[in-house]
Amino acid sequence: MSTRFPAAVADPPLVGRRRRRPLSLAGSWSAPYLLLVPASAVIAAVLAYPLYYMVRLSLEHYGLFQLVRHKGEWVGTANFAQIFHDPEFWHVVARTLAFTAACVSLTMVFGTLIALLLAELGSKMRLLVTAGLIFVWATPVVVAVDIWRWMVDYEFGVLNWLLTFLHVGNYNHHDWFVNPWSGWSVITALVVWGAIPFVAITLYAGLTQVPRELVEASSMDGAPAWRTFFDVTVPLMKPLFVILISLSIIWDFQAFTQIWIMLDGKPGPDYYVMSVYAYQNAFGQSEYGLGSAISLVTVGILLVVSFVYIREMVKIGELS
Amino acid sequence: MRRSRARKVGLNALALGVFGVMIFPVYWMVATGFKRGQDIFSDPPVWFPYHPTISNFTDAIHRAHFWASVKNSIVIAVAVVLLSMVLAFLAALAIAKFGFYGRRAFIVLIIAVQMIPLTALIIPIFLVLSKAGQVDKLSGVIVTYLTFVLPFTIWTLRGFMLGVPKDLEEASMVDGTTRFGAFVRVLLPLVGPGLVATSIFAFIQAWNEFIMAYVLLHSPENQTLTLWLANFSTSRGTAWGPLMAGATLTALPVVIFFIIVQRKIAFGLTAGAVRG
Repeated sequence: MSTRFPAAVADPPLVGRRRRRPLSLAGSWSAPYLLLVPASAVIAAVLAYPLYYMVRLSLEHYGLFQLVRHKGEWVGTANFAQIFHDPEFWHVVARTLAFTAACVSLTMVFGTLIALLLAELGSKMRLLVTAGLIFVWATPVVVAVDIWRWMVDYEFGVLNWLLTFLHVGNYNHHDWFVNPWSGWSVITALVVWGAIPFVAITLYAGLTQVPRELVEASSMDGAPAWRTFFDVTVPLMKPLFVILISLSIIWDFQAFTQIWIMLDGKPGPDYYVMSVYAYQNAFGQSEYGLGSAISLVTVGILLVVSFVYIREMVKIGELS
Repeated sequence: MRRSRARKVGLNALALGVFGVMIFPVYWMVATGFKRGQDIFSDPPVWFPYHPTISNFTDAIHRAHFWASVKNSIVIAVAVVLLSMVLAFLAALAIAKFGFYGRRAFIVLIIAVQMIPLTALIIPIFLVLSKAGQVDKLSGVIVTYLTFVLPFTIWTLRGFMLGVPKDLEEASMVDGTTRFGAFVRVLLPLVGPGLVATSIFAFIQAWNEFIMAYVLLHSPENQTLTLWLANFSTSRGTAWGPLMAGATLTALPVVIFFIIVQRKIAFGLTAGAVRG
């Protein structure tokens, strides 16, 4: 298996055919289990237990008083009843879905276009663009948010200067975050910018695995390039698209850092998405039970997406 | 002929445009970091630091708690790497090189736990750690980081181990070494580069993390570099020059490491790891 390209596209048939013979050495049947014990124990402690604890918390009243006593108060489904009857909660859900949809679709469209561009370029140009993508990919999220905050700074931001210079309008001392629509545009641009490199480079790696003969045959038949792309390339790369889209949904749906730092740790209600809303309820209002209930809804929504992702991984034989 | 030439020019122009738009924010950070104060706040913007200065960098590193934050970030990242590599090496060995009942279930589990939204886990993790008296302690953060680093390292190491041909191990076993001996003598040198790449990537993930550290570490002397950077703005506004210098310094080790391992690691990323 090539280690350079995403396993998902590196010779899928080979991966599928790989067969592992059970170990025949006598006496060592327990060896793999022993090897798994330490990692499993840690995963149980740091992941499974908090997960269980979150479910329990969502059924408890857990405020400041309970925080001091380290013991919640059982309230059944009251937390869920409260959030489901709260119109703001549904606004937050809708906002999170819209934000995720915008980020994921923009990331996929630009990522695909750049991947197709990379496939058409000569080797020097391709190296240049790839290098640029990798620099962006490598930039830590916190650093990226600070850069974007500086670029959209209302006083000295380069974006306001540029838009004024291009006569898009008078953007002198324009604060992008007063209007939530323009604020969300900035956050979306930042997220998409940071997400494009992974998608573009992975899709380009996938494109190089598409058999040339198939594409050539299609264009010999006189099909225009876009038809060839949608009729030949996309179906072949469908597993990769499914995987990238589900991963992007999972990442963007839980975006927190970008929103939080961009708004200086004080996002107004217009900037609440589910992760921020849960955080505000738990750490802002000290309503840990309520926050956990919101988080649990998030986990539930993403469970559906994860299922699609894992099923696709199983289908292409990646998990054998 | 002329058409294809025009097409080539057009494509290259487009490529330059894409490169320019993508790289500009990164360039702008570095350029701002090296500019003099009046060049940072000038209208129209100064596009290149014609009068480069390192005063922003000296300002940044002399700010309160910079070195403590660097030290904390290194301590946390190194501890996370060491712990997760030992645990992950054993687990990856099991699932890559043994056939056993429950193997597939474990693999699906490893992938599935990477799908759990981490931001959803901060509330229970915070409460568990506060019960255990581990809030505002580096040890609490180190344990917490294993939640996302460990599954990823197991998965990535498994990939590297699958790349080692089975014949090699079998040959060494025929030679009379035990299976364990075969692993140590044959597998370890071959997966060495994979171990290094995975460690570096785990280091990057721990170095970049923000939310968990933000919730768990309160006192300024315990903060990590990402927290230090996020706390940069003061009530009197943001000192953009030193901030961009600090951001450059925070990003520098990550960018260098990332460029080293990106090609080696990229394959594991579709399996649910973090963007980097």
